[in-house]
Amino acid sequence: MKIKQYVRPASLEEAYELNQKKSARILGGMLWMRLGRGMVQTAVDLSGLGLDQIVETQEEFSIGSMVTLRTLEQHEGLGRYTQGAMREAVHSIVGVQFRNLATVGGSIWGRFGFSDVLTLFLALDTWVELYQGGLVPLAKFAEMKKDNDILVRLIVKKRAQKTVYLSFRNTRTDFPVLTCAVCMENGPEAQGYAVIGARPGRALCFALGRELSDAAAESRRSTSSARGLQKDMPAERALSESVPIESAASEKLELAVRELVQKVPMGSNMRASAEYRSHLAEVLIRRGLKKLQEGELS
Amino acid sequence: MKLSMILNGRKTEEEIAEGMTLYDFLRSQGCSSVKCGCETSNCGLCTVFLNEKPVLSCSVLAMRAQGCHVDTLEGLQEEAKEFGTFIANQGAEQCGFCNPGMIMNAIALFREIPDPTAEEIKEYLAGNLCRCSGYEGQLRGILNFLDWKKGGVRE
Ligand SMILES: Cc1cc2nc3c(=O)[nH]c(=O)nc-3n(C[C@H](O)[C@H](O)[C@H](O)COP(=O)(O)OP(=O)(O)OC[C@H]3O[C@@H](n4cnc5c(N)ncnc54)[C@H](O)[C@@H]3O)c2cc1C
Ligand code: FES
Ligand code: FES
Repeated sequence: MKIKQYVRPASLEEAYELNQKKSARILGGMLWMRLGRGMVQTAVDLSGLGLDQIVETQEEFSIGSMVTLRTLEQHEGLGRYTQGAMREAVHSIVGVQFRNLATVGGSIWGRFGFSDVLTLFLALDTWVELYQGGLVPLAKFAEMKKDNDILVRLIVKKRAQKTVYLSFRNTRTDFPVLTCAVCMENGPEAQGYAVIGARPGRALCFALGRELSDAAAESRRSTSSARGLQKDMPAERALSESVPIESAASEKLELAVRELVQKVPMGSNMRASAEYRSHLAEVLIRRGLKKLQEGELS
Repeated sequence: MKLSMILNGRKTEEEIAEGMTLYDFLRSQGCSSVKCGCETSNCGLCTVFLNEKPVLSCSVLAMRAQGCHVDTLEGLQEEAKEFGTFIANQGAEQCGFCNPGMIMNAIALFREIPDPTAEEIKEYLAGNLCRCSGYEGQLRGILNFLDWKKGGVRE
C-alpha cells in the first residue's frame, strides 16, 4: 500500500469530511492497512484528537478509538472489571511493539474473523460510537457493512458480571485457531453468554439457555454439597456418594455445551478443520464455565 | 512535508514524502542498525523507541513521529553495548540477524520491568523472531545478564 497525502485533522468533523472521498482512509495503527495493495490518496490520522484515552466512571468505560492494544492490556480498571480477561485477550497478539501501535478502533472497525479483540468486547456490554451513526450495540455493528463513518470510541457499560477469556493458538503469537469468551451475570436468575470467534468467521455471541445456566449452577451446588459430605464421612463413602451427583451434573452440562456448539457455524482453513474447531469450542466453553464457577480468575 | 523530531537526542528536521515509513526515514538518517526483516509487522527486527515505547518502525508513518522523541540503537550506545557484548560473550545467538531488534526490545523490557521473571522475558520478547537460536540461548543469556547486573557471579 502507498500513501500519497497525509493529513492530521484538527476536528472529527474535518476528519469525517475528508473520509467521504473514496480514496481516503482513516489511519489506525496502520498495521492491517499496510498489508493491502493500491494507493491511498489521503490518509486521515486521528492522532491529534485526544482519542487515545480511557475514561472510567461509575457506569462505564469510554475507550477512544486510538487507544492501543497495549494500553488495553495494561489498564488497571479494565483489568479489574474483566478479572484479567482483557489482558488475556490481547497479550498473544504478535508482540509488545505491535500492540504499542495497533488500535482498538482499527481492530473493531476491521470486524476481523480472527479477532481476539472483537470476541472479548462482544462478551461485555459494548457500544460503538460512530461520528455519523451515533451509538450502536457492538453485536449490531459487527454485522454492519463498512462505510465512510468514523469509529470515535467504544463505550463499555458496567454490569455485574464475571468474564473469562480463552483462545487456542497453534503457536504463541500466531492468529488464533479459536477464540472464546464466557461471561455470567451475577444474581439468582443470572444470564450467561458465550462468544466464539475465529470460527474462522466473525465472532458470534450466544446467550446461554436456562438449561445451560441451570446445569452450571447445579454442578456448582453438587460439587459444594459433595465437599460438605466429605467433611463428616469416611473418605471412601464420600467418594462413592459424590461421584454420581457430580457426574450427572457434568454430563448434563456437557450435553448442553455440545448442543450449543452445534449451533455455531464453523469453517476450515489452513489452521484447523471445522470439526476440530467444534471440538475446541466445547472444551473452551466448558473450561470457561468451570473457571467462572470456581472463581479461578486472575 | 516537513518532519521535525528529536532523533537520538538531536533535533532533526527534514522535508519528506508524506507516505514514508519511520523505518525508511531512519535509514535515510544513517541509522543503519534499524533493519527490515519482514513485510508483515511480524519479526520485530525494525524495533525503535517512539516516545520511549518500543514500536515497529516498518509499520508506522514517519509523520506520526512529528514532534516526538525517536531512539535507535545508535542513540543507546552505552546501554546497548553493555548488553550486546554480554549476549555475544554468552554465545546466546547464532547468525545475529535478529540482534538489533532483540537488543532494543530487551532494553525496553529492562526499563519497564527491571527484574523480570523468565515468563515475563518470554512474553515481552515474543514479538522478536529468531530463526536460529530456538530462543533458549537468548533467554539464558538475558537471565545471566540480569544476574550479573545484580552482582551475581555467572558471566
Ligand atoms: C501480522 C498481524 C497479526 C495479527 N494478529 C492478530 C491476532 O492474533 N489477534 C487479533 O485479534 N488481531 C490480530 N491482528 C489484527 C490487529 O490486532 C489489529 O486489529 C489490526 O492491525 C487493525 O488495527 P490497526 O490499528 O492496525 O488498524 P488499521 O490497519 O490502521 O485500520 C484497519 C481498518 O480500519 C479502518 N479504521 C481504523 N481506525 C478507524 C476508525 N477510528 N474509524 C473508522 N475506520 C477506521 C482503516 O481505515 C482500515 O480500513 C493482526 C494483524 C496483523 C497485521
Ligand atoms: S521489519 Fe519485520 S516487523 Fe518490522
Ligand atoms: S540468531 Fe539468527 S535469527 Fe536470531
